[in-house]
Amino acid sequence: MAEQGKFWRAVVYGSLLIAAVYYLLPLYVMLTTSVKSMEEIRAGNLLSLPLDITFAAWSKAWSTACTGVECTGLQPYFWNSVAMVVPAVAISTALGAVNGYVLSKWQFRGSEVVFAMILFGVFIPFQVLLLPMAQTLGLFGMANSITGLVFVHVVCGLASTTLFFRNYYVGIPDELIKAARLDGAGFWRIFFRIILPMSTPILTVTVIWQFTQIWNDFLFGVVFSSIDSRPITVGLNNLANTSTSVKEYNVDMAAALIAALPTIVVYVLAGKYFVRGLTAGAVKG
Amino acid sequence: MSNTNGTAHYGFAERWLPRVVLAPSFLLSLVFIYGFIAWNGYLSFTASRMLPNYEWVGLAQYEALFASERWWVAVQNLGLFAVLFIAGAMGVGIFLAILLDQKIRAEGALRTIYLYPLALSFIVTGTAWKWMLNPGLGLEKLMHDWGFTSFTFDWLVNPDYSIYTVVIAAMWQSSGFVMALFLAGLRGIDDSIIKAAQIDGASLPRIYWRIVLPALRPVFFSTLMILSHIAIKSFDLVMALTGGGPGFSSDLPATFMYQMAFTRGQMGLGAASSMMMLATVAALVVPYLYSELRSKRRG
Repeated sequence: MAEQGKFWRAVVYGSLLIAAVYYLLPLYVMLTTSVKSMEEIRAGNLLSLPLDITFAAWSKAWSTACTGVECTGLQPYFWNSVAMVVPAVAISTALGAVNGYVLSKWQFRGSEVVFAMILFGVFIPFQVLLLPMAQTLGLFGMANSITGLVFVHVVCGLASTTLFFRNYYVGIPDELIKAARLDGAGFWRIFFRIILPMSTPILTVTVIWQFTQIWNDFLFGVVFSSIDSRPITVGLNNLANTSTSVKEYNVDMAAALIAALPTIVVYVLAGKYFVRGLTAGAVKG
Repeated sequence: MSNTNGTAHYGFAERWLPRVVLAPSFLLSLVFIYGFIAWNGYLSFTASRMLPNYEWVGLAQYEALFASERWWVAVQNLGLFAVLFIAGAMGVGIFLAILLDQKIRAEGALRTIYLYPLALSFIVTGTAWKWMLNPGLGLEKLMHDWGFTSFTFDWLVNPDYSIYTVVIAAMWQSSGFVMALFLAGLRGIDDSIIKAAQIDGASLPRIYWRIVLPALRPVFFSTLMILSHIAIKSFDLVMALTGGGPGFSSDLPATFMYQMAFTRGQMGLGAASSMMMLATVAALVVPYLYSELRSKRRG
């Protein structure tokens, strides 16, 4: 019996390790490919270790690789993404926080309807919004601009941020609010003095969630941007799909890693909060 | 809370402030979500091509859509992709969750490894898998180096198989998510049930199959919802991995919509196809939300 138990233990650990290798392999391939030269890639195979490590592909991906006709590397697109992500995350998170506060602690006639309305936005396939949004952004002179992208991300991110905060604030006892009211504190005072100081975990979850979503977005990026406002995902896709005579896989992999770096760093530093966002987004309502 | 005398001591501003604060978000979603859905619906009944053209053509765009071979390829691909992707991600995810639930050392580290693909953009995933699956220097060369000289793998450029490469990459990216959801569910199950069954002499696989997994039915349904939703919205991965090709063999409705509306000047057709996507999602989500709300009300 004990022998058998040991055997199954080994099978369990073995399977878990194989799974770990399966998930890590693409990352390993990306990393090793990105520091090889093209000659070495042709001579070796996917799994061979780099013999002569070179960062030429990284520097090319960052500053000189072609993404279509322009050969600027990913650099400008990286900064476009930064310029888009920061305000979009800040605004959608701030709106989500006050929405969640009202929807959980200051309900009024009809506020549940508003909540249901905002909530359904989580499920909408954004394809139905693309054409009218393109028209509208054009109308307001925001077509192909970072401002336009920020606006779209705020509108489409509201559903998740509101949901996150509302579900978190529902767990804060109403007595706390009542007591503060008896002391004469008003709507904003309660929010800034009581609610907000208790919100660090959910703020972290929401900021990380929105950051990852918006940084990784491709749909809005490809539809609502032009050369000057392209986010990094669109830059990467153009770079990897630019048909040149010789396919430079090392540059592609370096570019993919550059695009992935910010979200990977966030994941490594605050993975716990990222996973909490995932599961919170999953268990809705 | 706005009707009793308890509220008398806070004034007019306090009663209206919550509404005022919620108003911008309410208006944003009313106009830019619901208004736009209506606008998009209207576009799908017009003759719009490169530019919007509000000439009413009734169901002509839908007729054109249903007569389009490319649309049916996209729909078929979606069916194939959804079934394989959901089954695959569920299978791998549930299996890993059960294994991780066996009091594993280094569970945290393993979980971190299984979940990191979720932090990546589908474009990154697509670019990476495009390199690994490419017929020249990728997997095929590796197998040749290992001595399997007759091994060929051309799915990426083979119109009959290109959609399967999307399944492979999507499974890699999302199966960790299923693991996380099920692991959370497993942790919520009372240990004493399992212990009692063990005392009764039931084997562990049997306990999981007959007792634990049935208890996770709600997790199963919400995971199913999320994965179908991911499948219907899938766009980035196809664009990065196959670009919908070769030809349009790996098109999905989302890439079809993008091509029609934004590169081929078939705005009306694109609008009609996006309405079909919305209808599909609604057909899944509305009954789900309804049953969720009903079960909650029952307590």
